[in-house]
Amino acid sequence: MSEFKKEYLYYPGCSLHSSSTAYDDSSREVMAVLGSKLVELDDWNCCGATAYMGIKELTAFTISARNLALAEKKAAEIVAPCSGCFVGLNKTNAYLKEFPDVQKKVNTALAEGGLAYNGNVKVRHILDIFTHDIGFDKIKQFVKKPLKDLKVGCYYGCQIVRPKNDVDDPEYPTTMEKLMEACGATPVDFAMKAFCCGGALMGTEEAIGLRLIKNLFHSAVRNGAKILVTPCPLCQMNLDAYQKRAAKKYKMEFDIPVLYFTQLIGLAFGIEPKKLGIGKEIVSAKEVLKPFI
Amino acid sequence: MPPKIGVYICHCGTNIAGKVSIDGICEFAKTLPNVAIVREYKFMCSEPGQNLIREDVKKKGIDRVVVASCSPLMHEKTFRKACQDAGLNQYLLHMANIREHCSWVTEDNASATEKAKALLRGAVAKVALLEPLENKEVPINPNVMIIGGGIAGIQAALDIAESGRKVYLIEREPSIGGHMAQFDKTFPTLDCAACILTPKMVQVGQHQNIELLSYTEVEKVDGYVGNFKVKVRIKSRYVDIEKCNGCGDCWQKCPSWRVEKPKGDKKVVHNALTLGPPKSIYMPTLQAIPAVPVIDKESCIYFKNGKCKICVKACPTGAINHDMQDVCTEIEVGSIIVATGYDLFDSSKMQQYGYGRIPNVLTGLEFEHLNCASGPTGGQVLMENGEPPKSIAIIHCIGSRDKNYHEYCSRVCCMYALKFAHLVKEKTHAEVYDFYIDMRAFGKGFEEFYNRLLEEGVRFIRGKAAQVSNEAIYPEEEGKLVVRCDDTLLGRVRRVPVDMVVLCPAIKATNDAAEVARLLGLCHSKDGFFAEKHPKLAPVSTAIDGVFIAGCCQSPKDIPDTVAQASGAAAQAMSLAARGSIEIEATTSVIDEDICTGCRICNDLCPYHAIEYVLDKKISKINEALCKGCGTCTAACPCGAISAKQFKDNQIMAEIEGVLS
Repeated sequence: MSEFKKEYLYYPGCSLHSSSTAYDDSSREVMAVLGSKLVELDDWNCCGATAYMGIKELTAFTISARNLALAEKKAAEIVAPCSGCFVGLNKTNAYLKEFPDVQKKVNTALAEGGLAYNGNVKVRHILDIFTHDIGFDKIKQFVKKPLKDLKVGCYYGCQIVRPKNDVDDPEYPTTMEKLMEACGATPVDFAMKAFCCGGALMGTEEAIGLRLIKNLFHSAVRNGAKILVTPCPLCQMNLDAYQKRAAKKYKMEFDIPVLYFTQLIGLAFGIEPKKLGIGKEIVSAKEVLKPFI
Repeated sequence: MPPKIGVYICHCGTNIAGKVSIDGICEFAKTLPNVAIVREYKFMCSEPGQNLIREDVKKKGIDRVVVASCSPLMHEKTFRKACQDAGLNQYLLHMANIREHCSWVTEDNASATEKAKALLRGAVAKVALLEPLENKEVPINPNVMIIGGGIAGIQAALDIAESGRKVYLIEREPSIGGHMAQFDKTFPTLDCAACILTPKMVQVGQHQNIELLSYTEVEKVDGYVGNFKVKVRIKSRYVDIEKCNGCGDCWQKCPSWRVEKPKGDKKVVHNALTLGPPKSIYMPTLQAIPAVPVIDKESCIYFKNGKCKICVKACPTGAINHDMQDVCTEIEVGSIIVATGYDLFDSSKMQQYGYGRIPNVLTGLEFEHLNCASGPTGGQVLMENGEPPKSIAIIHCIGSRDKNYHEYCSRVCCMYALKFAHLVKEKTHAEVYDFYIDMRAFGKGFEEFYNRLLEEGVRFIRGKAAQVSNEAIYPEEEGKLVVRCDDTLLGRVRRVPVDMVVLCPAIKATNDAAEVARLLGLCHSKDGFFAEKHPKLAPVSTAIDGVFIAGCCQSPKDIPDTVAQASGAAAQAMSLAARGSIEIEATTSVIDEDICTGCRICNDLCPYHAIEYVLDKKISKINEALCKGCGTCTAACPCGAISAKQFKDNQIMAEIEGVLS
């Protein structure tokens, strides 16, 4: 456990300002109840994104490092709720540390904008803040409306736990389950919880993407999940937006709302659903969450 | 009178001469102060080479010797002896390491020669200031203690006992036998483990020269080579060894179980398989030595609520006593063999394989218990529902060859996996899928064994299994365990549905290896296993004289290798005992009693526990038999009261000045 701070430097990334405002809103709301504030990094830009890194690595590192350079002036760590940003910023951090020549090149570019990065920022995922800074006991204390009998499948996606880091076990993570348990819900175990959601494949290789999405729901449903929670905007989008298409293709029926874990925590804290962005999802959670709204 | 220094420069074939100009450093050496003679030779360690030194000492009056050659680790003993032979105190020799520290690690010839000159200048400056020292001789207690009663400890104990020496065999478990006693068959010969081990266990129990202390832990080790004092705690087993006749009436009547009881649909509980009785009063196996049960305090009803004692009533000899206490005693021995074995990697740490979470996923050791004829299933391979499996996956390298856990290869898993495959084929009609990274069949008869299994129709899949789940995607996977794997020969990801999965976990250093190392002052390598003195030439000796290691506590190994190493350690211990006394190096540290303030900073720093505090004099004192002359205390002493013989301040400063000037 590390110390729960009154203020965290916050890197929302593009998703939380566009397709995943529900994640942004619910994170801020829940943190406020717990007594902490997410302070957005001023003038942030793209995290470098996974796809960019595959094509123009140095440029991607530079873009990513600009955020770290800005953060370095403010704090020792930065919180990213998006798994893609978390991995991208962390990867940049690791590469600059391991390859001084890359760091030199990146800093040459940053210097044009009057910036420099010395490698002193720790990038953390917001799930890590919940599990290691706040802790399950503290969460429990703030629960006003326990999510009794709500069967939640905790879906992590591939990025948050890989490559191996301090957040959770890379192959079989369990921290979100403990969070949901602390909120009074009943987490269900399912084997595909750290498997690929299809990622960007929905845009390029739809058939493969749909198969992966189908496998996830198949696994979650047969284990009794009525709702899924995730810590990743891309996972949420894939599973929410393409759920029906995958079901149709494989002649199955899924009706599983996919929310951010912070939304359910907020609900258990008694925060008004609208403030948490509940209702913005495509597969409606209204029915499943009826007892708590 | 100024010293007369002889400088002897070795070519070491081309090892040194290939890089360092021998002529150059010879001419240079002649210019150094007090140097009377400079000689060079192809191999100074050879008999003619040593003779050069002997002759000069005898005939030319040389009274200080510098040998510029390899590391003193290699040949300091050789050259010391040459000096001693010629009548010169052996501690008036100093070696300049111009091989490992110079010719081997320097690319450019000219700079290698310059470096050799600097090292030589330092050596000549130091040797002039050396003082003659005398080795100490201490007597050796011929008795030997062996810690650990697995196959290594048993073998060593029998070897030593047969030579007529007394052996104390310490085993922390209620019975000797270790892991081997839990195996069904042994690879690659498939002979029955119990059949070959039990006679040896019985022999240990009956041997007049072996004092077996089972259910006993070592608490403290004091002393030094030849004279160790070991405090041990004989844990209370609540059964009197003298009175018990091993009849088994107690566990037959005992109403409480120490492991999970099979009930309902769960006909077999895989992680609760026991070879001995599953009750709270039990023997680890029915072949236990001593054949005396022990009470498991955790599960015993009497220890929980003060009532029961059914076993006491059942016992015909009145041997059971719930009030029995631990007994502590001190044993004096001359040498110690550490044979503490290994622990298995906890497979539940690799959550992806579902051990502890998904039924019918077993570890190798549990599978051994399942196969054991005296086990709870009578040797039948059964799933938890009591049915025989139709297919089994065996997965190698769980926690071995994995940078996240243990980087090393555990050496025995490939072969015991083959053994398992064979047993399954022999006992059931099940299909066997063997997931391996590489098939390591390096030992005697191993490759032949592998070929035999290929013939037996085992399906070998090259690739590390990625996941075991009970998650069906395809209809044929319903109700099965699915092993996902990148089949690297096929170049495809496969999903193999099976009924049972056997994991082969890494052999790792025991969970308390660091504690044992601390007790004895042993070193361990970064993988946690105890470090031998030299990886090739002193594989059973350790940094502590008189303490030897054998078996898996040194590194993973199979039974034949363990037995061979145990006999090696036994031979070392016997050779030490046969000598009667031993010379102890004079290069120790000494504390000047007049300067020491008794601050005790050095006491805890000493890695060899060689420094004691003398209460009445209020000063610290170094036990020269224990001191290795490492110099830690010397450097730490705030008053400068400690000096290291042969590494006194003026000697070291002279050498440094010599190297740098």
